[in-house]
Amino acid sequence: MSTPALPEIATSDAPLPGLRVTPQTRLRLLEFHRFEAAGQTFAYLVPSAAVFALDECALALVDLLGEQGTASIEALAAAVDGKYPVQQVWDTLGDLHRARVVTEALAPAPAPKILPLTPIPLQTLVVNVTNQCNLSCEYCYEYGEDKIVDTENGQQPKFMSEETAREAVEFALRESGSNPSAHITFFGGETLMNFPVLRKTVAYARQRAADVGKAVDFSLTTNATLLKPDVIDFLADERIGVTISIDGPQEIQDKFRVFSNGQGSYALVAPKIKALLERHRSRPIGARVTLTRQTLDVLKIYRHLHDEMGFWEVGFAPVTTAPQRGHAISDAGFDHLLGQFRTLAMDYLQAALEGRHHGFSNVRETLQELHQGHAKAYPCGAGLGLMGVSTDGQVSLCHRFAGSEAHKFGTLTEGVNRDTQRAFLESHHISHKTDCATCWARPICAGGCYHEAHTRYGTTQGPNLHYCEWIRGWTHTCLEIYGALAVQRPEFLRQFDGVDHEASDRH
Amino acid sequence: MKHLTAINRKARRIEKVTALPQHDVVALQQGSQPPQQPEGPHIPAGCSIVFSPGWEADRTGGTAGLCQPVERDLFDCHMGCYWPAQVPDQLNHAPDWTAKCAAAQKDWRQIDLVFPG
Repeated sequence: MSTPALPEIATSDAPLPGLRVTPQTRLRLLEFHRFEAAGQTFAYLVPSAAVFALDECALALVDLLGEQGTASIEALAAAVDGKYPVQQVWDTLGDLHRARVVTEALAPAPAPKILPLTPIPLQTLVVNVTNQCNLSCEYCYEYGEDKIVDTENGQQPKFMSEETAREAVEFALRESGSNPSAHITFFGGETLMNFPVLRKTVAYARQRAADVGKAVDFSLTTNATLLKPDVIDFLADERIGVTISIDGPQEIQDKFRVFSNGQGSYALVAPKIKALLERHRSRPIGARVTLTRQTLDVLKIYRHLHDEMGFWEVGFAPVTTAPQRGHAISDAGFDHLLGQFRTLAMDYLQAALEGRHHGFSNVRETLQELHQGHAKAYPCGAGLGLMGVSTDGQVSLCHRFAGSEAHKFGTLTEGVNRDTQRAFLESHHISHKTDCATCWARPICAGGCYHEAHTRYGTTQGPNLHYCEWIRGWTHTCLEIYGALAVQRPEFLRQFDGVDHEASDRH
Repeated sequence: MKHLTAINRKARRIEKVTALPQHDVVALQQGSQPPQQPEGPHIPAGCSIVFSPGWEADRTGGTAGLCQPVERDLFDCHMGCYWPAQVPDQLNHAPDWTAKCAAAQKDWRQIDLVFPG
């Protein structure tokens, strides 16, 4: 076998100047997840979260390295001799090395732990304008058996005062730092139970944002029980993004989303939602579904909420709960769920290929993240670009921890305690989640929801091991859809070019 | 890249920052940028005020990228730094010894030996 001039691969190693490669240099594979779509083979690289399509020669070399563990360049070239010229093998190995698919067998594994620089500009402030609710959903994390803060008998006021809400606005604008805009999400309890303060806060925030030369926008989550015509007019006129918590058709909604007397809420909310969807056209309105062991019929729920009720998008999330609760989803339940998600996701792909809108927002959000290729050190923006505020003005990790002393990051008036924030980021970095160290899905999952982990395992620091299989299965499905779109309708993916992932939770 | 196709935005960024430099001696002409950064301009300032790699080992743990570029020895280190680079006496005996070397990074091969006499 003739050996081509050495600089060919040496110069292919721009990120590693000084690397000396000879035909005897042994290579090995780095981490990646392989998937096929539209007749092509792709690699989702870990930890970079980059997606590359591999040509035949690259695939052959990757397969050889996969079988052999490590192999020298000359051995690889010999193994594919007759099929691919030596020069092509060297070129391909150069490309694989640049993309970090392969590395020298003896190169030490890099283990970077890079903490974000603080202060981090705040993107979203979730303002809990009340901790009261007019429904008594059995699975509720705020009032149910898994609650963190005693909002019923606790120290905090039941409703946020107008003054505290104004301080929240000042906090959001101040902490947004160099960002040109601030985003405020109103939350609860049932958000609209404090509509008077909410309405005044929007006006105040618009004025203050104009004063400081920033844009501000708003969203809220509601159970729809209090959507009266004047409220709907306000939401539409002020272009407030609305997410409705609803679980599906009547028989499903009324299983858990009930009033304190046990009566279901569907009959009350359905006409109000219809009125909202007819009047509020300035922003797309989404439904947010909580899935439980008893309510796992994703396809039926989607069809009802999207096709029949007219929601623009429908997003699903398994209930957050301790495993022993009656509504907790079992392992078999997660398998069933994944099957349903896959079916609906393939519907989404078909619609995307045909240029039709599809409202399954779980797919869209995952595709967006895959397209950006952010490699996450933290599962979400909580404690980074997102924080929550309780009714008394305490700032915490996120709205799900609002009012919890153990998860306090500061107060509206005193600002964020940077030492607390740094300590949190230090201890919650993906590199501390040893269970995640060998998982290919960690760039997109990073261990999952802090609140879920806290509820399941009593700590925000651990990964959510109960849904690892589910996350891998779902990410794989979305990668297949992503790959198919990249090959068959790449223009569809352009909508994600300028969009950054917004870490938010719409419970 | 010819054999891999960048699909998502991260992959396109990786492709861009690892693009092959059009230089003749790559390792020596990388500049003093950390890995995976687009190459910046070469600023021949004293190495004590820029983040040059170390003297004992370069950033990859090898020796090919030490105190780069080495031309600093000739034009900078022996004056601005303590580095005892052996260069001809440009004031008295060899005022023209770098005359053919207009741009050190490109023309360093033009510098010849200086013989006493």
